[in-house]
Amino acid sequence: MDYFAQQLINGLVLGSIYGLIAIGYTMVYGIVGMINFAHGDIFMIGGFIALITFLILVSFGLTAIPLILLVVLLVSMAITALYGWTVERIAYRPLRHSFRLAPMLSAIGMSFVLTNYSQVAQGARVKPVPPIITGGYTLHEGAEGFVVQLSNIQIIVVITTIVLLALFTWLVSNTRLGRDMRACEQDQTMASLLGVDVDRTISMTFVIGAALAAVAGMMYLLYYGLVDFFMGFVAGIKAFTAAVLGGIGSLPGAMLGGLLIGLIETLWSAYFSVEYKDVAAFSILIVVLIFLPTGLLGRPEVEKV
Amino acid sequence: MDGRVSAPPAVQTSRAPGAAFILKKALISAFVALVLFSLMIGVRTEAGPQGQLVYWTRFDDLAIMVAAVFGGSILVELLRQWWGPVDTIRVVPPSVQTALAVARRGIAPVLLVFTFLVPVLFYDERYILDLAILVLTYVMLGWGLNVVVGLAGLLDLGYVAFYAVGAYSYALLATNFGLSFWVCLPLAGILAAFWGVLLGFPVLRLRGDYLAIVTLAFGEIIRLVIINWQTLTGGPNGVTGIPRPTLFGIPLTPADDGLAALLGIEFSPTHRIVFLFYIILALALLTNWVTIRLRRLPLGRAWEALREDEVACRALGINTTTTKLTAFATGALFGGLAGAFFATRQGFISPESFTFHESALVLAIVVLGGMGSQLGVALAALAMIGGFELFRGLDQYRMLVFGMAMVLLMIWRPRGLIGHRAPTVFLKHSQAISSDLVKEGHG
Repeated sequence: MDYFAQQLINGLVLGSIYGLIAIGYTMVYGIVGMINFAHGDIFMIGGFIALITFLILVSFGLTAIPLILLVVLLVSMAITALYGWTVERIAYRPLRHSFRLAPMLSAIGMSFVLTNYSQVAQGARVKPVPPIITGGYTLHEGAEGFVVQLSNIQIIVVITTIVLLALFTWLVSNTRLGRDMRACEQDQTMASLLGVDVDRTISMTFVIGAALAAVAGMMYLLYYGLVDFFMGFVAGIKAFTAAVLGGIGSLPGAMLGGLLIGLIETLWSAYFSVEYKDVAAFSILIVVLIFLPTGLLGRPEVEKV
Repeated sequence: MDGRVSAPPAVQTSRAPGAAFILKKALISAFVALVLFSLMIGVRTEAGPQGQLVYWTRFDDLAIMVAAVFGGSILVELLRQWWGPVDTIRVVPPSVQTALAVARRGIAPVLLVFTFLVPVLFYDERYILDLAILVLTYVMLGWGLNVVVGLAGLLDLGYVAFYAVGAYSYALLATNFGLSFWVCLPLAGILAAFWGVLLGFPVLRLRGDYLAIVTLAFGEIIRLVIINWQTLTGGPNGVTGIPRPTLFGIPLTPADDGLAALLGIEFSPTHRIVFLFYIILALALLTNWVTIRLRRLPLGRAWEALREDEVACRALGINTTTTKLTAFATGALFGGLAGAFFATRQGFISPESFTFHESALVLAIVVLGGMGSQLGVALAALAMIGGFELFRGLDQYRMLVFGMAMVLLMIWRPRGLIGHRAPTVFLKHSQAISSDLVKEGHG
């Protein structure tokens, strides 16, 4: 039981990270209707920028951990958001009214560009960082000496995710930008006729998605203590799987899917085999889609003939 | 079309912009580049001797990159002005048009004859022969995937799975049971087709991007199983010692019972390369021939109808289940055959050869080839693989260039290098809207 509880905590933390990335996929899909294949790499860039900012701050003699974390978070969110904006501007906007496969291939190309850009710029080797946040709480001490632990970093990841999610839900439901985004999602032409700046709204969607991915990248860096240029691919596929599992286009669905994928992966590694954890995650995706072809919370697509 | 409504304002104002406009745009680009590259290029991190991360600055590289973006932005803007607005209709003189039409009709036979002559022309150039075999492998893969994506309109991001199934089927059958290449080739194809049907079943109800992610997941599952099922597949170490193909049981070796000895000519390793070249050429042409024949059968027509509109297709009484499954199976069959060839050519296979990158490459070939055009796919394969080889010297920049080329080609020709998909049969008149204007048939 203790072992299960510990795995549950680990799974929820991993799921939060996936959920943050999945939101970027689901938002872009909702508005533009394309798979942003480069999103996983945006997450990786976010991790790199967090790492570099952290190194610079530490070498300047800054020691207050909360201050460092805040600055790292803001810098990586800002710069990564600009990456998201640039990617949309260069690779997707010219293809917005093209046929469906074109932006997707352009996105795959962009993903190759970003992966190899960071390989060329920062080298191929894994970049380890020493644990920045240490300590934690012991929740329960089992009879056989097994302890259920909740580390501070896990608390930070979960709290950050909840805060961001609340902020983001508020943004989508209560602000002008959120209203514009929902309008564009329903009908871009009509929205533009009613005075919504469609280009700007779509750009902002990419910017917000990239900023959330940057947070996920930083959390990944803090939690696992390493980044490398290839981590965007696997994390990206998992997060996209999460978005599809939850029902693509649905924001709560993305978070739910992320948590589920995180839990499946962790529990499978704990009870069966570590090697096949990704196979388990993908198989469950396929099984779910057989019975619920639009995901868990997705709306069925209306067919117009 | 809603295309013009939200066109970026830059296009409209760039009809007669002055130097100030160009300069302003370039400055903005340079500023964006400065922010983007500031940390990623301006600072380099590396694990130091004690495992502690160290960093050093590279402001000279940063300056070069920002200057390059500034200059590039001016250049692009000038080019755009020189070219004029995008939507201008350019009138091509009739003489040029007829010449182009003749060239278009003549290019396929000329290319085919040339391909047949490649081993004769470049007999001594091992590198060109190897490259030609590689290109033909991708031509075959492209034609195979074309059945699924180009004809049936089913977006498959995991095509490499069938390539892997074919390669491992041959490798394992040959190394474990000593079966020959010619026995294993059809077996590998059938096994791959079987996996195609297996993938087809769960995705029957899925459309568009759901289909894309499930096929992608399927490709990854196959790869992960190959990596982890070490007792069967050898895991990351792969399978070695895969036998070479024989000519009716005669090996192409310097041994006494080899082909060279039987014919009484001097042995040369090039014989095997030429033999492999003609095998893959035959396999590719078989793929092409089968596809062209299938397009004329009711099945092929059903694929095209499915691509154009699934709902209408069902309304007309076409069985979408069998149509989709046969498309997956046919595509997978050719992927499996290509995989078996790949295994016998390399003599060694490992899971590294079957990553998502391969699927993306083949999909790019199909889309660049114009989705459904057989000649287009062949030319796109030549351009992509040939181009990829040209940049071999660039080493780690190669993938960077490849990715950029993919983005630029998509922006430049979103519907492929030559031609575009058009149904084989359609109403010659009174068509209110062409199929181009309709949204894709939702996978």
